[in-house]
Amino acid sequence: MSVKQLSIFLENRPGRLVTVAKVLGDAGVSILALSVADTKDFGILRLIVDDVAKADEALHGQGILCQISDVTAVEIGSAPGSLAFVLELFTKSGVNVEYMYAIAEPCSTHPVMVFRFDQPKAALEALAAAGIHVCTDAEVLSHGQRA
Amino acid sequence: MNDLLLKDFVERGALERLQYERLRETLERVYNNVPFYRKSFDEAGVKPSDLKTLKDLSKFPFTNKTDLRDNYPFGLLAVPQKDIVRIHASSGTTGKPTVVCYTRHDLECWAETMCRTFQLGGATENDIFQVGYGYGLFTGGLGAHYGAERLGASVIPMGGGATEKQIMLIRDFGTTVFCGTPSYFIHLIEEAEKLGVDLKETKLRLGFFGAEPWTEAMRDLIESRTNIKAHDIFGLSEIMGPGVSADCIYHEGLHVFEDHYYPEIIDPETGELLPPGEEGEICFTNITKEGMPMIRYRTHDISRLHYERCRCGRTIVRMEKVRRRSDDMLIIHGVNLFPTQVESVLLGIPGTSPHYQLVVSRPKAMDELEIRVEVTPEAFSDQVRGLEVLRAQIASRIKQLIGLSARITLVEPGTIERSIGKAKRVIDLRNQK
Repeated sequence: MSVKQLSIFLENRPGRLVTVAKVLGDAGVSILALSVADTKDFGILRLIVDDVAKADEALHGQGILCQISDVTAVEIGSAPGSLAFVLELFTKSGVNVEYMYAIAEPCSTHPVMVFRFDQPKAALEALAAAGIHVCTDAEVLSHGQRA
Repeated sequence: MNDLLLKDFVERGALERLQYERLRETLERVYNNVPFYRKSFDEAGVKPSDLKTLKDLSKFPFTNKTDLRDNYPFGLLAVPQKDIVRIHASSGTTGKPTVVCYTRHDLECWAETMCRTFQLGGATENDIFQVGYGYGLFTGGLGAHYGAERLGASVIPMGGGATEKQIMLIRDFGTTVFCGTPSYFIHLIEEAEKLGVDLKETKLRLGFFGAEPWTEAMRDLIESRTNIKAHDIFGLSEIMGPGVSADCIYHEGLHVFEDHYYPEIIDPETGELLPPGEEGEICFTNITKEGMPMIRYRTHDISRLHYERCRCGRTIVRMEKVRRRSDDMLIIHGVNLFPTQVESVLLGIPGTSPHYQLVVSRPKAMDELEIRVEVTPEAFSDQVRGLEVLRAQIASRIKQLIGLSARITLVEPGTIERSIGKAKRVIDLRNQK
């Protein structure tokens, strides 16, 4: 089970992030979660949006380099130690987290984290065995709208 | 005045008679021994005997860098292989180096003209030379080395790099003359200052700098921060190496050792010979070289020739310092680079596009090359690693094939300016004052 993530190449110069945000805004796309990976010379903006196809089309139309990939959205408890508990599952099954970020939802009792794993299948198995809920696209979307 | 020095002060009539004899003999020799020249002379409908005066050389066809590449490695030899005693090579245009071969006689001529180069600046057998040019396939190190030995000086074959050690030897050995690229020497000055070494308190008095273009501002910088009088050496390996020409204490152009290297100025568009004093592309013809003589070799360097006697009294012709070229070749750290070389490297790496731009700058003393490459959808993913690997791969291929360390910047597709026909490939920020 996975959700769609949009990755966007950003050159390291002023105004690039604004351009992307405007293109998405003009297309009527809502951003549910984001993270930026940056190096000295370039960055990669990763987004979970309410309409991936529409966002992809709008960005392509502006000549902005983007790509869709699969990530896993995992529901994590809000009690202290919940994140550590989930991460430990991955460690035990030999799965590496390549990157992760949270879906913005300040008041939720079930925060959702987005993960990119080196072995998604093994990660899902570990989560299922521990009885941890993995969200679908629709769930992520409704989650975001509730917030 | 020694015998070698006299050659720079010869009466022009006598010089031209000597040049004519040597040129005529060279044309005969290449026509008889090198199939490439026989074919090109035949195609142009000229024979060596058509050379009645020096000016008649303009009837003969040019030789280009591509001819060396097409005849790689030894196709242009004018002597049997057994007579070759040294082989040098410089970076070529397609990954294959440009090869040059020398007989024993050629090495003697080269040492002679390098020796005369050093004499132009006033170096003598009492000097201690530190050669900071790279040794190896590059002609700089060994060229300067044999020239300084021919002069009778003491030579330290230091080679490039190892700056702290260079500084130590300058102090401990009492080096009086430094040879190297000007940008490296400025780097050395800065390193010395960091180490708290005042080069003005050393015995350094002369510097011979070349293998890359440099400005009057760099000369001022070197001369103000050391007690060095900085001289400019011009040369190219195809003709011999360093020491084709060099400037004297007046710095009013570089004296061409024209009893070995016969210069002409041509219109780079039409190839027509231009009268003395006019600006155009400088071509050289080897008139004493045995191994691999070049006939009307096109340098693509724009210059002018001045035949009036110099204030130093020398009669040999002076060429103006080269400030631009008629093609898009760049010289970075003494390495020749054509933008098309970068293009062919990029074409060989999946995930890159042929849209690129070279930015050459000199933020401090050293040249820096930045290559901007557009990212393609194939190379792009959600992972940083993929692009980092791509960058490292481009950098290592450039280093391997061209011999330059470049900083690779990935840019968004469509952001490199595409002018009609040809993109603006090169931004050279070095010579802006």
